[in-house]
Amino acid sequence: MSRIRFTRRLPAAVAVAGLALAVAACGGESSTSPEGTNAAAADDLKPNADLTKQSIQVTVWDGYLPEEFTKGAKEKLKVKDIKIALHATNEDAMAKLTASGDSGIDVAFVSGQYAQALNEQGLLEPIHPELIPNLANLYPEATQLSHDKGNKISVPYTWGTTGICYRTDLVKKKPTSWNDLLKPPAWADKKVTMMTTERWLALPALKALGYSVNTDKDEEIAKAKELLLAQKPHLLGYDDTTFGDKLKSGEAIMVEAWDGWCPTTDPKGNIAFEVPKEGSDLWVDTMVIMKSSKNKEAAHALINYILAPENHSWAAENINYKVPNKAAMERVKVAKGSLLGIKPDELLDGESIVDLGQASTKYTRLSTEVTAQS
Amino acid sequence: MRRSKLLFVPLWVTYVFLYLPIVVLVVMSFNAGESAYTYEGFSLKWYGELAADERIRNGLINTLVVAVGSTAIATVLGTLLAVGLARHSRSKALDALALMPAVLPDLVLAIGLLLFYGVIALTLGHYSVILSHALFSMAFVAAVVRTRLSGADTSLEEASRDLGAGHVVTFMKITLPQLAPGIVAGALLAFTLSLDEFVIAFFTIGNAEPTLPIVIYSMIRFGVTPKINALAAILLLVSFVAVIAGQRLTRIGEAQRAEG
Amino acid sequence: MTSELKARPASPSRGRRLGAFVFLSPGLTYLVVLLLVPLALVLSNTVFQRGRFGGVVYEFTTENFARLMDPLYLGVVGGSLRIAALTTAIALLIGYPTAYAIARLSPRWKTIALVAIVLPFWTNFIIRVYAWIILLSGPGLVNSGMAAIGLGPYELLYNQGAIVTGLLYSYLPLMVLPLYAAIERLDPQLREASANLGASPFTTFRKVTLPLTVPGVLSGCLFVFVPSFGNFVIPEILGGNKSIMVGNLIRDQFLKARDWPFGSTLALALIAVLLVLLMAQAWMARRA
Repeated sequence: MSRIRFTRRLPAAVAVAGLALAVAACGGESSTSPEGTNAAAADDLKPNADLTKQSIQVTVWDGYLPEEFTKGAKEKLKVKDIKIALHATNEDAMAKLTASGDSGIDVAFVSGQYAQALNEQGLLEPIHPELIPNLANLYPEATQLSHDKGNKISVPYTWGTTGICYRTDLVKKKPTSWNDLLKPPAWADKKVTMMTTERWLALPALKALGYSVNTDKDEEIAKAKELLLAQKPHLLGYDDTTFGDKLKSGEAIMVEAWDGWCPTTDPKGNIAFEVPKEGSDLWVDTMVIMKSSKNKEAAHALINYILAPENHSWAAENINYKVPNKAAMERVKVAKGSLLGIKPDELLDGESIVDLGQASTKYTRLSTEVTAQS
Repeated sequence: MRRSKLLFVPLWVTYVFLYLPIVVLVVMSFNAGESAYTYEGFSLKWYGELAADERIRNGLINTLVVAVGSTAIATVLGTLLAVGLARHSRSKALDALALMPAVLPDLVLAIGLLLFYGVIALTLGHYSVILSHALFSMAFVAAVVRTRLSGADTSLEEASRDLGAGHVVTFMKITLPQLAPGIVAGALLAFTLSLDEFVIAFFTIGNAEPTLPIVIYSMIRFGVTPKINALAAILLLVSFVAVIAGQRLTRIGEAQRAEG
Repeated sequence: MTSELKARPASPSRGRRLGAFVFLSPGLTYLVVLLLVPLALVLSNTVFQRGRFGGVVYEFTTENFARLMDPLYLGVVGGSLRIAALTTAIALLIGYPTAYAIARLSPRWKTIALVAIVLPFWTNFIIRVYAWIILLSGPGLVNSGMAAIGLGPYELLYNQGAIVTGLLYSYLPLMVLPLYAAIERLDPQLREASANLGASPFTTFRKVTLPLTVPGVLSGCLFVFVPSFGNFVIPEILGGNKSIMVGNLIRDQFLKARDWPFGSTLALALIAVLLVLLMAQAWMARRA
């Protein structure tokens, strides 16, 4: 019995695989990053566009919008549909937004430096202020943030700072310096966590050394690395998401934390937040509109809706983050232990984290070096 | 006698290791307290919360959609491929190619597919996960069906062709019915693999609503909650029932074959 | 064969060719498009540059390979090899006697014992890993148990030991099954013959049982090693982000650093290590 020998056809399969190279090379020109090109020209948007034909896909941090948000916004804006996707971290969001040509997302929530990076890739639609009258509700300070002066490409949603969140009943001395975290005393040994997202991992060491959080100087980053490596054996772990739980359970007694996620309002009342004396950052979580969006009018309308005081105050009341919205903050009752009392001018003492372009890889490497060391 | 008892010590060690975490999960799923670590009395409240959790419910639906879709593709393609490789090819290279998706680390498949979908500018979603899952599922279906084929009697197929039936007719009338148990087994394997698959789905789902493994992963990243224990207990119960039902079915199948 | 082909009329051959085409082309097309092309993309990416903000710039470079030789990344690859090897070794030490014991059970109990080995595999993979947080964490059950007898607390979670435990727990069944298959296939008469010739049970094991089950040992080791080596979920959940394995590195290059070319290069290194192991396994299996 003779059978057709497919072995001879194998080269054909290999040739097809080789084709992939060609496909890649051809696709090259279009997907090559536009180095340094700033936001492309804005589209012509019609203020009177028919929103009932537009539906909006949003990606946002888990728990960052009210559960009944879509229902309320849909009724008010009369858009066709609003869909919410969730991301756990900025990095997850960036992966989604940069992975393929059209992410299918209209509005994304990312931190300021990531909005900047997206814009430099030409992925963002400039904000059309005439479509967002509620921009007037923002604090004046919130329109001059260094990642995006004048809110040209992003609209701030929440802002805050980074500090030490700790158990008042378990620490022997109240932490006041980043060094309390970086060189934990014996009673805190293995009961300390740091954040893993690279820029915030570096922040305590950079501030303790008196450097800028945006430094791109190799020798400064190297010094920070030494501090972080020396700290590592004394850590419980690196944690961006569950440090609050670890404090509550007592596994950790001091953690690096964003203010809003430090559970200071816990009923037991034994958790407090401190901005170390060496200073910290001012971070801003923003809303951006993707260039690839086909529903830009509706996207603007959605951001305008969120900036309405009665809607924006939700974030401050429920997720414990300050919102850069004067009209909204005036409505908020500040609960006992809450950190919402911090005023904008105090916040502005913090240094804004900005995207460093090519130099950002230095921080990627730093975080790999720190986590890879055993 | 003493020696033979010693022989079974490792067996018990293994079972304790395998089942201790599961027993703990199940016990803690009935915990009345909030803590994931200390048992404070019996309650079913976490099961209630689980039932009310929309994300988990949607995750389950998405997982089923993906599993059904990918299993359908994988079963058709995998069966054809198994017959083709067993009856129409002798190439070792093609055999290896067909097994590759099952052998390669999931992470490698995941990034390859992510790059590929990027190059062809496909917006990621459930269908890209279905296509991706079908890839490795197909390899498993083909392998299972081939095992069945190698044991099958080829004389009927030959007789059919000698009588003038074409390949397709022979396949439909003779081969397919012979292969049915293998195809069902392969499809079941493909289905269960897809249900539990995390890495490839994580990379290729884009902004679509997550599948259950991804929902669980993000819940765990945001801390331990007894709700997950309740989910674990239910999944375990389902697998128990499925395994026992599967055993029964095979036994009935074997009995029928013995009679026939 | 060729002469026979020539002698016969063309149509059956064409029919055969048609059959091959009908059965093979759908699956093979799928494999080429969704397996070979993506793998070729991974491969080709290794010689291209990273775009400034992610993506790929299609200009030739050898920089990715130079970076791979960086002690930092080599160290991560080496560390992952060590963790995967340790996991495999422990799995073999536990798995072999377990498989051996199962093979000696009565047929009825054999089935039950095997199902019991596989059953935990049927719950969700991530939930199985999560269970170890509850067991190992500071206020967790192991420490509570230890405290009851006046020991501890120990640092059990968020270290490499926890990672190895999690990997072992997830992949132990993959060691037991091929070992069982190999041991089960052994002819009991061989062992009896060895004993009759005066060999001690240990000598019999060393000289008869073990060499004959080498193929099973090799498959089991490979089945445990491969998913352990490329894992990124377990180091993340149980390792407290304090140690990374090559899987985490690859994931991070794709989803965090947005350096696809270097991520692809790391993936190529992963494939290379596995290919070497596969070849070693084939070679050893042939010798055994």
